[in-house]
Amino acid sequence: MAVTTTEPLPVLPLAGLAARGLAQLKRLAFALIFLSPSIILFGVFIFYPLVKSVYLGFYETDPLGNQGDFVALDQYRTVLTSEDFRHALWITVLFTLYTVPPGIVLGLGLAMLANQKLPGISIFRTAFSSTVATSVAVASMMWLTLLNPSVGLINYFLQEADLPRIDWLNDPDWALLAVSLTTIWLNLGLATIVFLAGLQSIPERLYESARIDGAGRWATFLHVTLPMLSPTLLFVTVVGTILAFESFGQIHILTRGGPLDATTVIVYSIWQEAFQRFDYGVAAVQAVGLFILVLGLTGLQIRFLERRVFYQ
Amino acid sequence: MVTTTETLTARKSAWRRALRSAWGRPWGRYALRYAVLVVAAAVVVLPIYMTVVNSLLRKESIIAYPPELFPFDPQWGNFRRALDEVPLARYMLNSLIMSGLIVIGQLLTSALAAYAFAFLRFPGRTFLFLLFLSTLMVPWEVAIIPNFQTIQRLGWLDSYQALTIPFLASAFGTFLLRQHFLTIPRELRDAAAIDGYGHGRFLLFVVLPLSRPVLASLAVFSFLLAWNQYLWPLLVTNEDNMRTVQIGLAALRGREIDSFNVVMAGTLIAAMPMLAMLVLFQGQLVRGLTAGAVKR
Repeated sequence: MAVTTTEPLPVLPLAGLAARGLAQLKRLAFALIFLSPSIILFGVFIFYPLVKSVYLGFYETDPLGNQGDFVALDQYRTVLTSEDFRHALWITVLFTLYTVPPGIVLGLGLAMLANQKLPGISIFRTAFSSTVATSVAVASMMWLTLLNPSVGLINYFLQEADLPRIDWLNDPDWALLAVSLTTIWLNLGLATIVFLAGLQSIPERLYESARIDGAGRWATFLHVTLPMLSPTLLFVTVVGTILAFESFGQIHILTRGGPLDATTVIVYSIWQEAFQRFDYGVAAVQAVGLFILVLGLTGLQIRFLERRVFYQ
Repeated sequence: MVTTTETLTARKSAWRRALRSAWGRPWGRYALRYAVLVVAAAVVVLPIYMTVVNSLLRKESIIAYPPELFPFDPQWGNFRRALDEVPLARYMLNSLIMSGLIVIGQLLTSALAAYAFAFLRFPGRTFLFLLFLSTLMVPWEVAIIPNFQTIQRLGWLDSYQALTIPFLASAFGTFLLRQHFLTIPRELRDAAAIDGYGHGRFLLFVVLPLSRPVLASLAVFSFLLAWNQYLWPLLVTNEDNMRTVQIGLAALRGREIDSFNVVMAGTLIAAMPMLAMLVLFQGQLVRGLTAGAVKR
């Protein structure tokens, strides 16, 4: 992220205290009047809990849900290498692969359709972005009906196409796919809006030069649209992955992590351990694991994809 | 019924010929473009449309096969029943209060912090700004256990404090407003200082009025996020009169397990404020959502 500052700034607070120390300190104190509401809230609800989660991971939890023995890193080792966590991680990765790439392709496709210059196009823009107005709970309730094995519309279409009906949410082979379908639809509006803004920021003259050079539709897409859109693609990939790793609501409503743990993603597992089994220690370890995963994944994506990003 | 390969190929090439000839004419080009747009829009909107249909059907019609695709005999009573069965109106009010407080809080804290980062010079400014941005890297789920314990210890379970206070500051909002504040000419600050404006009055009477569009974008964006919250309200509310509408929907489903039509009516009621906002404030929403995505 580009942070522009007008002048070089002292990096450490309270640096250079000796000479103009008092004046500097006054400036800091004055700035803190403006900053302190945010700093206090971040401290209490983001930084402290982060440290506290790491700390909770060092302690076992007794059967009553109270903090038990200090076990140092033992709990981290056992939980992070356990079958359960590896399974949750695998489901989360699958869920991300099922939702993020299709979401990007569909969102870009819709955005390109909505980017045409036609009378009445704004109606279609609103329609394409409408899913942004549905919350995770609303979308899940809608799809719960669509995916219903006996009266749902999806199985009706399948039957009309002479395909076997599917018990979407109760079949371990299909449940994750059903949840992914719901999620792709839920996030489609956001992806379309973001891609459309990206497309509209591409200067018209680039398309004109491409046309003069005799480039066809496909060549124009490949050599003008995609490179110009690469910052947006990076953003959608990074944010989409983070959203996928943090998904909870649709799973809680549609499948409750089942059947047979087929949809137990990491956040669902954290919720189960902490608030169903009251094992804060295990849940805290999983939460720290999630944090490291998201941080690492975001870092990797930015590092490897940023090279391909073409900034104007 | 068996379709031979030959007839299929013949049919396909007939289609292709028809499409090509249509594409060759000006009106045909338009018609095809609109056809594609209409089909795409129909697929995207289908789940919402079916919710509207199902919310208006009779209980017997909802299990009919083939499914009914239009409510010829609309049952408006389903909406009444959804409102009667669970305190849906109260859930909506709770969501509204929660989201409203979060929006106001975020606008206040973000504007103050952004002002300091954009207009004040003080030691440690870069460090503190990076500290703010670093909060964007912490998934809320990672902090959720200690935060739940904090709220529990404060005795705030089932209260608006629990639903709102953890979300009253926003690094995204601070960043967004700072970027805009930096575009305000410094000469304005100097002129205001000559007129005897302190920082507080300059922020209130010059900077904020000049930033109305950005403030609106941030407001719409944070309202959307707050309204859609699921995991946190699920944890910190148990009582019926504190539940938000997102959690209340699940309660309605539990109560009305065999009447999809009533559940769909409730779902539509819950979706209504956001759909209205999308139609009314599309511009602000789009600006808020894309602020981070597109460079500049």
